[in-house]
Amino acid sequence: MKLIESQAKAIFAEHGIPVPTGRVAHTPEEARAIAQEIGGRVVVKAQVPIGGRGKAGGIQLADDPEGAYHQASRILGMDVRGYKVERVLVEQAADIVQEFYLGITVDRDRQANVVILSAAGGMDIEEIAEKHPEKVAKLWLNAGLGLRDFHIRQLAVQAGVAPELLKQLAPIMKTVYQILLSHDATLVEINPLARLGDGRLVALDGKMEIDDNALFRQEKLAALKEDEGDHPLELEARRRGLAYVKLDGYVGVIGNGAGLVMTTLDMIQRSGGKAANFLDIGGGARAEVVRNALEVVLSDPDVKSVLINVFGGITRCDEVAQGLLDVMRSMDVKVPVVVRLVGTREEEGRRLLEGTELTPAATFQEAAQKAVAAAQG
Amino acid sequence: MSILVDKNTRLIVQGITGREGQFHTSQMLAYGTQVVGGVTPGKGGQEVLGVPVFDTVRQAVDATGANASIIFVPAAFAAEAILEAADNGVELIVCITEGIPVQDMIEAVQYVRQRGVRLIGPNCPGLITAGQALVGILPGRIFTPGPVGLVSRSGTLTYEVVNELTARGIGQSTCVGIGGDPIIGTRFIDVLRMFEEDPQTEVVVMIGEIGGSDEEEAAEYIKQMKTPVVSFISGRTAPEGKRMGHAGAIISGGRGTAQSKVAALEAAGVPVAETISDIVDKVAERLGRA
Repeated sequence: MKLIESQAKAIFAEHGIPVPTGRVAHTPEEARAIAQEIGGRVVVKAQVPIGGRGKAGGIQLADDPEGAYHQASRILGMDVRGYKVERVLVEQAADIVQEFYLGITVDRDRQANVVILSAAGGMDIEEIAEKHPEKVAKLWLNAGLGLRDFHIRQLAVQAGVAPELLKQLAPIMKTVYQILLSHDATLVEINPLARLGDGRLVALDGKMEIDDNALFRQEKLAALKEDEGDHPLELEARRRGLAYVKLDGYVGVIGNGAGLVMTTLDMIQRSGGKAANFLDIGGGARAEVVRNALEVVLSDPDVKSVLINVFGGITRCDEVAQGLLDVMRSMDVKVPVVVRLVGTREEEGRRLLEGTELTPAATFQEAAQKAVAAAQG
Repeated sequence: MSILVDKNTRLIVQGITGREGQFHTSQMLAYGTQVVGGVTPGKGGQEVLGVPVFDTVRQAVDATGANASIIFVPAAFAAEAILEAADNGVELIVCITEGIPVQDMIEAVQYVRQRGVRLIGPNCPGLITAGQALVGILPGRIFTPGPVGLVSRSGTLTYEVVNELTARGIGQSTCVGIGGDPIIGTRFIDVLRMFEEDPQTEVVVMIGEIGGSDEEEAAEYIKQMKTPVVSFISGRTAPEGKRMGHAGAIISGGRGTAQSKVAALEAAGVPVAETISDIVDKVAERLGRA
């Protein structure tokens, strides 16, 4: 789950990391009022969970409240790479002397959190790493040790940060690590962490990503979760506890097991078709779950046929077949449904489906071919 | 010979009194695994299917001499269960649980490594040595002893391959499900090393998917292996940025694509099968049973 700048900054502020004075506005009038409150030059920033706002014109300076109104009315409603801007952050403009990059993120390969510090902040970290790799200091953390003072010193020396700045920088870095852990974040990023004219270090931007697996214990964050960017069917599937991803094809797919389903999508492509979705119903294939899955897939107007791919290991194929027939008969299914059932008692399972409204198939390829043909037929 | 588990494995089940714990304990017992104890805090003194239940891993290990543990504990507490097992010196820990927060797993994986014990998973089906021991939720009935080792990030997809291998008279040594999470205790390269040393395993099947770079790391190692490896990668049609079921099955910033894994494997001279039947054909070829 991604947090937008204003949400990340609110968390920073809560924990004592300096952020610019500012507030979120939903209308140009609000923006003007906030600019008035702040006084002087302000920056109006689109609030969207994606990078590239600046390039899209979503970050603009304004010299006075009228200017803020004007910029806000331009930016609100703007499309930034597929996201509609519904909020702007109006902040006191900063006189930046130097920009640092500070981030802590999960490094999957090293199986550790990595702290990244650079005195070449302000650009995309990938750009910095590419253009100035020697300026990017990294440190992988041991969970038991955490982020210690000597680590911070090491990073600062490696990044070429002036020692006088450590007094401000060290507490900020420790706080960022604490925030990462206490919020179950996979990323906490401040870019730029700017040194202003008056010598202060201030977080001019903020980004956080929260581990979806941890939302059960992050109630406040879970409540912030917005559905923008998610397809309505994905939201519906999530509500029903299904792992579902909308794709741009026309063969609906239901299977038990993520790898099995991904392979099914690949096989459909091999057969010259395109899958309309990914849907993993997990272990087994209980009737209620299958019904939920079918309902979601069939409510997709793009779906011209459905491929149900189940491996019956502990669950027996004849049980799955019977369950499928029961479910199908209680629903109004208007598209062809191909069922591939393999595993324990697969012969019995397939025999049960013969002559019914369900088309049986034995191999992945056969199932994919039949489903694609049925969709195109 | 097989790897990791065999008829001598002495297993405790953490979370034995829960629904999953009980069901799979019965499956494992039926398969012939030595399930010697279970742990559910507060239920010490009870029995599940004749297996004594303890309040702590410490008590269970002291009473039974267990050297392995399987964890069926809900996501909120599963990492803690891993830490408890590792802290008490359990040599092999298999965590089935899906949905464990990633920061919990970073701590657990690092601790397990420090203690020198082996963690398989989480979010995995466990492992099985055909004809000897089932430590997981894999369907025992599809396996038969033989020369093929399997290591996979997926569950049912792997069963598909095993099912077809068995149907063709090609048996298996050990099948290890390493799990679908981004941070796991044992990666492809770890299992490949073990199979390389195992005299029973003559061919290895490696089943990968999008996300991370374990397959690429494995490809490098496979170059030096004597045991032939046949691979398969799912998720060739997965879009960027979406979790495809498994928390670890995600293409991030263009990295972790199926295409990059296939390229790395092919560059290392590892055959990448196109379909499940193709996997089995390639295995049969390498066994001289085409």
